[in-house]
Amino acid sequence: MIDLIKQPWPWYFSGIMIVLIMLILLFFGKSFGFSSNLRTMCTIAGAGKKVKFFDFNWKDQVWNLMFLIGSVIGGFIATNYLSNPAPVKLSAATVADLNQLGVKFDGGLNPNSLFSLAALKDIKTLIILLVGGLLVGFGSRYAGGCTSGHAISGLSNLQLPSLVAVIGFFIGGLVMTYLIMPFIF
Amino acid sequence: MKFVKYILTGILFGIIMTKSEAVSWYRIQEMFRFQSFHMYGIIGTAVLLGIIAVWLIKKFKAKDIAGKPITFHDKDKAYIKYILGGTIFGLGWALTGACPGPIFVNLGSGYAGMAIVILGALLGTYIYGVIKNKLPH
Repeated sequence: MIDLIKQPWPWYFSGIMIVLIMLILLFFGKSFGFSSNLRTMCTIAGAGKKVKFFDFNWKDQVWNLMFLIGSVIGGFIATNYLSNPAPVKLSAATVADLNQLGVKFDGGLNPNSLFSLAALKDIKTLIILLVGGLLVGFGSRYAGGCTSGHAISGLSNLQLPSLVAVIGFFIGGLVMTYLIMPFIF
Repeated sequence: MKFVKYILTGILFGIIMTKSEAVSWYRIQEMFRFQSFHMYGIIGTAVLLGIIAVWLIKKFKAKDIAGKPITFHDKDKAYIKYILGGTIFGLGWALTGACPGPIFVNLGSGYAGMAIVILGALLGTYIYGVIKNKLPH
């Protein structure tokens, strides 16, 4: 049993469980949307005093911050207690493409060459991570949601605006992958 | 105590996302290069089952834990913000390999660099709030 848990879990199980999480939150009277937390955090830091967008009653969003804290704990538990050291079964074509880009596949979930503590000594890496985060934060608020709010909650409710947002996610993703990343890595 | 259930749900989310490798920078690169079915399988299964679940909730007027009917809010019928915001989000998604949820899940997994991504995401959210009224929606 424990061996089964420690293996990577199949995509269909993940898909089922993500819907279950959406349903649990609906049952609690909430809706699944992660990026709202970023706005809440800005408000708690005092952004509401200067900018109207952040002037809202953040206490209604405490549940979502709790969900966020849980997700950090979940990542910790999964990585430290529920994983085996076998490398991610990434497709050979991706490994080759990334090699060409200068990012070596190290077998983990994320490249240590970008995300480890040691990698942060490199100013270029720092800028990539900061700018990448900035685009994620700005874009998700501009679009009124991220993957959870639009791709999962929105599409499940057959919202055309969410489909437009998801098409945008892919336009941006493809532009970054094919047109921009070859120049920055 | 009323918040414990949200922490537990979040823990489940973090475990699922990590164990299915949906939080992987490599997997996101693989997805945008159309070199594996993995991520499409995850999102596709979730959307398909989600559509059925939401339809059933509406059909049977399901109630939440407090006994109130579960309601869904329609997104605003504006399209510029969705396509522009979505595209900007997508640029960041491919670069960092993480959307807002996985950024935090990966922090828990010990990827220190995610703290910088979070800093950037907060900054991006703040900038949006500041210039919101000047942007086309």
